[in-house]
Amino acid sequence: MSIDTSKVADSNTTAATAKKPNRAGAAATWADDRLGLATMMKKNLRKVFPDHWSFMLGEVALWSFVVLLLSGVFLTFWYVPSMGEVHYEGSYDPLRGVEMSEAYASSLKLSFDVRGGLLMRQMHHWAAMLFIAAMMIHLLRVFFTGAHRKPRELNWVIGCLLLLLGTLEGFTGYSLPDDLLSGTGIRAADGFLKASPVVGSYMSFFLFGGEFPGDAIIPRFYTIHVLLIPGLLLALITAHMLLLVYHKHTQWPGPGRTEHNVVGYPMLPVYAAKAGGFFFIVFGVTALMGGLLSINPVWLFGPYDPSKVTAGSQPDWYMGWPDGLLRIMPGWESHIFGHTISWNVMVPILLVPPLMLTILILLPFLESWITGDKRDHHLLQRPRNAPTRTAVMVSLMTFYGLSWAAGGNDLIAITFDLSINQITYFMRVAVFLGPALAFIITKRWCISLQRKDEEVLLHGYETGIIMRSPEGGYSERHLPISEARAFTMTARDRDPDLAELQSGEDGVDANGLEPKRSPLAGIRRRLQTTMYADNIQKPTAEELEAAHHHAEHEHELQAAMEGVSADGHQFDGHHLVEEETLRGDH
Amino acid sequence: MTGQMSPEHAPDGTGHQPVEMNDADGQPIGHGLPALPPDEPIKNPGLPVHTWRPTDVDPAMEKRAERQIAALFGLSAVCGVLFVVAYFNVGENETVIGLGAQTVALGSSLGGALLLIGIGIIQWARKLMADHEIVEMRHPARSSDEDREATLAQLSQGAEESGIGRRPLVRNSLLGAVTVLLAPAVVLFRDLGPTNAQVTEAGDYPGAGLEHTVWDRGVRVVRDVVGTPIRPSDLEIGDLVNAEPETIFAVDEDGEPLLEGVPLQVAKSKGAVVLTRMDPADNTPGEGREDWDVDGILCYSKICTHVGCPISLNERKTQHLLCPCHQSTFDLADSAKVIFGPAARALPQLPLMVDEEGYLVAQSDFREPVGPSYWERDSDASTTEIE
Repeated sequence: MSIDTSKVADSNTTAATAKKPNRAGAAATWADDRLGLATMMKKNLRKVFPDHWSFMLGEVALWSFVVLLLSGVFLTFWYVPSMGEVHYEGSYDPLRGVEMSEAYASSLKLSFDVRGGLLMRQMHHWAAMLFIAAMMIHLLRVFFTGAHRKPRELNWVIGCLLLLLGTLEGFTGYSLPDDLLSGTGIRAADGFLKASPVVGSYMSFFLFGGEFPGDAIIPRFYTIHVLLIPGLLLALITAHMLLLVYHKHTQWPGPGRTEHNVVGYPMLPVYAAKAGGFFFIVFGVTALMGGLLSINPVWLFGPYDPSKVTAGSQPDWYMGWPDGLLRIMPGWESHIFGHTISWNVMVPILLVPPLMLTILILLPFLESWITGDKRDHHLLQRPRNAPTRTAVMVSLMTFYGLSWAAGGNDLIAITFDLSINQITYFMRVAVFLGPALAFIITKRWCISLQRKDEEVLLHGYETGIIMRSPEGGYSERHLPISEARAFTMTARDRDPDLAELQSGEDGVDANGLEPKRSPLAGIRRRLQTTMYADNIQKPTAEELEAAHHHAEHEHELQAAMEGVSADGHQFDGHHLVEEETLRGDH
Repeated sequence: MTGQMSPEHAPDGTGHQPVEMNDADGQPIGHGLPALPPDEPIKNPGLPVHTWRPTDVDPAMEKRAERQIAALFGLSAVCGVLFVVAYFNVGENETVIGLGAQTVALGSSLGGALLLIGIGIIQWARKLMADHEIVEMRHPARSSDEDREATLAQLSQGAEESGIGRRPLVRNSLLGAVTVLLAPAVVLFRDLGPTNAQVTEAGDYPGAGLEHTVWDRGVRVVRDVVGTPIRPSDLEIGDLVNAEPETIFAVDEDGEPLLEGVPLQVAKSKGAVVLTRMDPADNTPGEGREDWDVDGILCYSKICTHVGCPISLNERKTQHLLCPCHQSTFDLADSAKVIFGPAARALPQLPLMVDEEGYLVAQSDFREPVGPSYWERDSDASTTEIE
C-alpha cells in the first residue's frame, strides 16, 4: 500500500534527525551497557494494540487499582489500626467525649482534621467500587465476546481470582473505620464463621483472638488489607498483563484482520498516549467523585457498639448478592447428636458463593470440553453468534441480579410500599425461575439476531423506499450492504456439523459392535447438541451468489419503473427535485 | 507485501513484523492457529485505505489542535494552583451544597487538573500523532516442537544428573522432611487465639465463653446508654426498651468500672436484651416459662440467632420483633419464636423477677447460648432448665 504523502502537512512528517550524542544518549548507553534494555524494548515499543471501546473496561480496573494504591498510602499515614479505647477530643462536635476505638477516632481525624483527608478517604472508597465494578464488566465483555477461549483460559482464571481478592479487599477495607455499620458487618462475618461445621467456633476464636469482638480484628484486617491482599493483587495483575502482552490482544473481525495478525496502533506513541491519558481521566473522575459525592460518612454511624445496630444495615454493593441469598434462605437448621448445622447460613454464604466462583473459573474449560474446540482463537465473536454461551452468562447474571435485589428487600419494601414477606417469597422462587427464563429468552433473542444478519447479508438492507408494481403490489426496496460490512458479518466460524462431529463416537466399530460409551460422553453429546441447536450459520458462497442474482433480477424488473414513480413520489427525499413538477394539471 | 509471510518469520520469538497487509488470506503461520475454512463466502477485502484527518492536511487545523491541547494543559495547571490555594484558604468548617467546602474545593480542583491532562493527552493522540494502523503477525502461544524437545531433554538430563529417580531414599526423605515442615508452619498460628473451651474454662471475665453471658441471679436489668434500673411500673403495655445487664455499668469502690476493654465489649455483645410489656393475656408462655415474666414484662436476648445482629425493630401492635440485617421476625408473645425469615431458632428468653427494692432483675443467666448457631451448640438441650 502506498501512502499519498502529497496531502500531508509538512510539519507532521519531518523525520526525526539523528542528533549529536547528548546527555540523554549517554545515560541510555550507560543503562543499556548494564541492562541490555534495547533488546527488550525493541520488541515491545511498537507493539500493536487493537482499538475498541470495550477494551477500555479492563483499563478502568487497572487504573482504579493504581488510584487505590496512591490514596491508600496517604490514608495509612494517619489511620491507627488499633482497638484501644480513647475519648474522642477531635473537632467533630457531636462525638466529642465519646469513648471509641483508636481506629474510629483516627478515621474521624482523617475526615475532619487532616486537610484533604476526607477527599482521599472518599476517593479511596469510590475507586474501590470502580475497581470491582470495572472488573465485573470487563469479565462480562471477555466472556460475551469469546476472549476466554484458548489460549487465554489461564488469564480468565487469574481474572476470576482478582475479582475474588478485590471483593475480600473491599470487605476488609470498609471494616477498618470500626464504625457501627462496619462492625455489624464484621459481626455477621463472625456468624458466618461460626456456622462452619466442626471448625466454626475455632475459626471465629482464632480470627478474633478470643471471643467476639476482642481487640485483634482491626489490626489483623489492616495487615490483610494493606499488605497481604494488595501483594497478591499486584502479583496477579502483573501476571494478567504479562499474559496479555504474550498472547497479544484479541481483535474484532474486519477487513484486513485475521486470526493470524493483529491490527491497531503501535504502543509508542499512540497507545501509550491513549492509555496514559486514560489513567489521568480515571484518576480525575475519582477525584471529582471523592470531592463531590459523599460516601460512607462514618461520623454519622457512630463508634461500634456490639449492642447496637441501625435499620437498613447493608454491606457495600458487591457483597450484596450473598447477603440477598442469606435473606431469602428459609430458616433451616439440623440438630444432630448435640451438634447444630446451620443450613440457613452455610448454603447462602459458605456453599453458593464458592460454587459460583468455581463455575465462573471453569466456564472456559467446560465450553471447550463440550465443543471439543482446541484451536487458538484471537478474533472476537459477537454475543449473538454464540447463543448458548451468551444465554449461560445472562442466566448467571440474572441469578446474580436477583440475589442482589433480594439483598435490598427491606429497601424495596419501604420504597414501593410492599410486604417484605411477599418480596422474600417471590425471590425464593425467582432465583430459580429467573435464570431459566433468561436462558431461553437470551438464546432465542440471539438466534433472531442471527436470522436478521442472514437476511441483511442475503437480501441487503431496507432502504425505506416502497415500490409499487404495475399489478399494484407494494414491496420495500433492498440494497446490498458494503463489502466491508458483509465481510465483517461473515468473518466467523461455522458451527461444526454435529452429525459429523459425533459420528466417530456413534458408529459401529470394525467388528460391527456398538462401542461402549461412558455416561459422561452421553452428557457431552447432549450438551453439544444443545450448544449448537437452532443456530443460524452464515450463508455459503453459493447461497450468497444466488441471493445476489435474485436481487439483480428484481432490480432489472424494477428498473423499468425507475424515474417513473407514481406522481408525487419523486419527492421521496431520495432524488434531486429542483426540476421536478407534479405531472398532470393539479 | 502480499501478506504471504514465510513460516520462518513468525515463531522466531520476535514475531514483530509490522507489515501492511492487503491480502490477509495468509497461510496459517506456525502451529496452533486454525486453518482458514475453504468456503468463506466473502473474501477478506484487506485493510481499508487510510484516510487523512483534517489536521493532517490542513496546517490551520493542525495549529488549532495544537493550541487546543496546550490550552487544556494550561487549564490543568490553573486547577493545580487552585488546589494549593484551596488547601490553605478554604476553611474546614465551611459547607457548600451540604458538603464540606474544603473537600469540594480540593476534589474539584484536583479532578479538573487530572482530567484536563488526560483529555489533553488523548486529544494529542487523536489529532496530531500519526494514525496509521499497523499490522503485526501473531505467533502461537505454544513453543515449537524443537524447543519442547530441547527443554524435555534438559529436564531429563537434570533429573539424570541429580539421580532423583535412582535414589528414592534421598528423594523420599526430602519429601518427607518438607512435608513435616508444614507442621511448624501450621502450629505457629495456634496462638492466634484461645478456643471457646479455653476461654470458658479460664473464665477471665464474667460470662466468658459462648455458653455464658454476664447475666446472673439478681443482676438488674438497666436501660442501655444511661444504665438506670427499671421498675415494672416504668413500662406501659406495648413498650419496648433496649436494656443491658447492670454489670456493664458497675463500678468498684474507687469509681473504676468493673468491666473495661475486651470483657466489656464481650459482655455487651452477648448481654444486650430487649424488655417488652404486654397484656399477660396476650402472652403464651413457653413450657416451664410460666413464671419468667413480671406482670407481662418479658425479657429476650437482643442478639439475633441467625448471624448475630442486634435486633431492634419492634412492631408494637403485633408484638413482632424484626432483625434489621436479614429480616428474621420473632413473636415476642410466643417465646420469641421465628415466624418469618432466615433465623432458625427462637430468641433466648431471660427469666425475670423483682428484687427487694422493686427493680427488675434476672432469675439466672440465659438457659441456652445466645447468638448465632455453631457446631458444638446442643440445640436439642432444654432451653428452660438450669444446668
